[in-house]
Amino acid sequence: MKKLVLATAALALSAGLASADTVRMGTEGAYPPWNFINDKGEVDGFERALGDELCKRAELTCEWVTNEWDSIIPNLVSGNYDVIIAGMSITDEREQVIDFTQNYTPPDPSAYLALSADLDVEGAVIAAQTNTIQAAFVAEHGWTLVEFATPEETIAAVRNGEADAVLADKSYLAPVAEAEADLVLLEREEAIGGGVGMGVRESDGELKAKFDAAIQSMKDDGSLNALISKWEVSSTF
Amino acid sequence: MSCWQTVQDYALRSIGIGERLLPRDDFTLCQQFTLIGSGMIWNVYFGLLALLAGFFLATALALGKASPNRALRKPAEWFIFVFRGSPLFIQFFFAYFLFLSLKGVSSIFDPFTSAWLGALAVLFLNTAAYSGEIFFGALLSIPRGDLEAADAYGFSGWKKFRKITWPTMLRLAWPAYTNEAIFLFHATTLVYFSGFPAWRQKGDALYYASYFADKTFNPFIPYPILAMYFILVTLTIVGVFGLVNRHLNRHLPAERRMRMRVRPTLLR
Amino acid sequence: MFNFCTDPDTLPQLQWFACYLTTGKHMGFYASFGTVLLLLAITAPTALLFGFGGASAARARLLPLRWFGKAYIALVRGVPDIAFFLFFVIALDQAFEWMRHQVKCPDWDQPVRQGNDFVVCAAAKMPLGTSPQWVHETYGFFLAVLTFAIVFGAFAANVLYGAMRAVPYAQIETAEAYGMSHRQTFWRILVPQMWVFALPGLSNLWMVLIKATPLLFLLGVEDIVYWARELGGTANPRFTDYPHGDWRMWYFLALLVFYLGFTRISELALDRIMRRLSHGQATAAGEAQRRTAGGPP
Repeated sequence: MKKLVLATAALALSAGLASADTVRMGTEGAYPPWNFINDKGEVDGFERALGDELCKRAELTCEWVTNEWDSIIPNLVSGNYDVIIAGMSITDEREQVIDFTQNYTPPDPSAYLALSADLDVEGAVIAAQTNTIQAAFVAEHGWTLVEFATPEETIAAVRNGEADAVLADKSYLAPVAEAEADLVLLEREEAIGGGVGMGVRESDGELKAKFDAAIQSMKDDGSLNALISKWEVSSTF
Repeated sequence: MSCWQTVQDYALRSIGIGERLLPRDDFTLCQQFTLIGSGMIWNVYFGLLALLAGFFLATALALGKASPNRALRKPAEWFIFVFRGSPLFIQFFFAYFLFLSLKGVSSIFDPFTSAWLGALAVLFLNTAAYSGEIFFGALLSIPRGDLEAADAYGFSGWKKFRKITWPTMLRLAWPAYTNEAIFLFHATTLVYFSGFPAWRQKGDALYYASYFADKTFNPFIPYPILAMYFILVTLTIVGVFGLVNRHLNRHLPAERRMRMRVRPTLLR
Repeated sequence: MFNFCTDPDTLPQLQWFACYLTTGKHMGFYASFGTVLLLLAITAPTALLFGFGGASAARARLLPLRWFGKAYIALVRGVPDIAFFLFFVIALDQAFEWMRHQVKCPDWDQPVRQGNDFVVCAAAKMPLGTSPQWVHETYGFFLAVLTFAIVFGAFAANVLYGAMRAVPYAQIETAEAYGMSHRQTFWRILVPQMWVFALPGLSNLWMVLIKATPLLFLLGVEDIVYWARELGGTANPRFTDYPHGDWRMWYFLALLVFYLGFTRISELALDRIMRRLSHGQATAAGEAQRRTAGGPP
């Protein structure tokens, strides 16, 4: 029941819906630009904007809840919130346990962030967040993997020389490289993971259908692409 | 794959021997038991070494805190207060930060940023502070008669300490010290959880338990397995410390022997 | 917060900090200190209650009850608290919902476990799907308190069990000689006398409880460690008006000071209670007090 509840986006839509159950949207709140906590202490970011728009189109009342990454799926299947919207890539492993809506960003490569641009990653020490697809990727290739509990620590590790590079989603690393002059993105990128989708319980087919339709309508009228470009989270459809 | 094969592949995985890749799918109970058990190697390593090394520093700290000399007493008091007054979680965080910055000063500190040495150092200092306080309490409650008897026999200085003060202190402190040992082993689960990074997926029992919890999305199997292993460790500690306790009390008439009561006087 | 905070980029250092430290995010951080203190204030008596129940069960005359009490104490104390925290909250939540499900929806025909999903009828949801946000938060907080109380209740049970045995046996024999029943002896003789013996162990447990609170974030409570990490991490200018580098060290330093201060205050307060409790008691500490006061030896 990781309910680090930070923001209540009670999207009061219409009085008619007031009696309906609210849909609780679970996110991590520590992964800009996808989702993060802004200065006011509210959930913000690409997925906040996207989620609010989707709820409006699906005529649902939504509420935002943050939950630690490690237990985000067990808490969904246990019913503590109804949707995961946390930059979660659609993978086979996860598909076995939960259902995903159609992806709302196209599959995008993961990137390396390092101190020098001419690093050879295969012989280097690569930092990644524990239990991410990137960590699994490095381990599978037999390179030296060093795992940290939070993404923040992985970048700190490169800064202080504990690791040579971080492997993470490009959209997460790009703003960091932009802000800090001595950190650069490598040219080499890895195609890991599918697109990002919303996770729902397997028994919740109705909710999945509603969000699928809403995502489709945003894809069709181009508003999804506009949102993606605005937050620079990935390539567009 | 048979269970025996799994044991061969993964029983020493936590120290880098055996199969390089962790299981990716079709997780079996056997795999979970083997890998989490493999991780226990690190828990036992941290617990055992910190306890052994901490024992000596704890004795010094207890003597320091009981010393009439201000220059000895104050540092010992502060050391004990800081380590007992702050959560281990935060101690790990600061230690890692400190070791990283020391690394720039001298290459002697290089290995300290790895868990095997850095985390061990923190656990060592931490358990020394807790045990030091226990020993200090015991030192104060040594019956005056015992010390007077030592004087009467002409014992003094080092000999008196080694033959009378120290054994009596240990005897009185032993039940509480047993608790401290149990909690020290429990505290070793924090090493990779919050403090130090795991290299090449070599971690402790909790690291592998959370690996399985993450991969199977089911926390109800790996964590109870972890709990089972720790209950075994706790029982072993209680058994071994009970034997030592018997040895420490062997000279006393039966009814005066300190009954081994494991009380939660200290943990973190 | 302040009027001059509209454009942080242009502010001199002092005002910048004034604005930075009063953002909504920081207010959440400050409030979380209150959350931790509130949790401690509720957990301590609850854990004591659990401990009392456990200790009473461990010395009950009924064999199964005695086994239950002893198993509770031994099991919980043998396992690192962190292992409990990682799955207990979900387990407790599911247990509550399952029980409510059995009561409220007896004619529900679908299985509760559908594959990986845990599905109960809408009326059995805790809290109800229609509940406002604060109910969800309160319920999460309540589960955290309960988890802490179960874990620390076992430790308290162990202390109280020892304290009950420390009450001189003659007292109990005397009570029996007066014809008191087992129940009367327990409530009128044993329980009132055990507290002096229990207090050192319980005060230690209190210190331990304080130092276990950094694990609260595992239980889903937005605690001080959660906020310290969140606020201390590098703040990128794209996502905040107050960009800064990796300041985690300073935030953790604040936590360190908080914990050391809180420990010190607790130490002083518990010393005072112990002195008062020992006053006039026939224990070593009581004896020592009499001596220093210059009373008869």
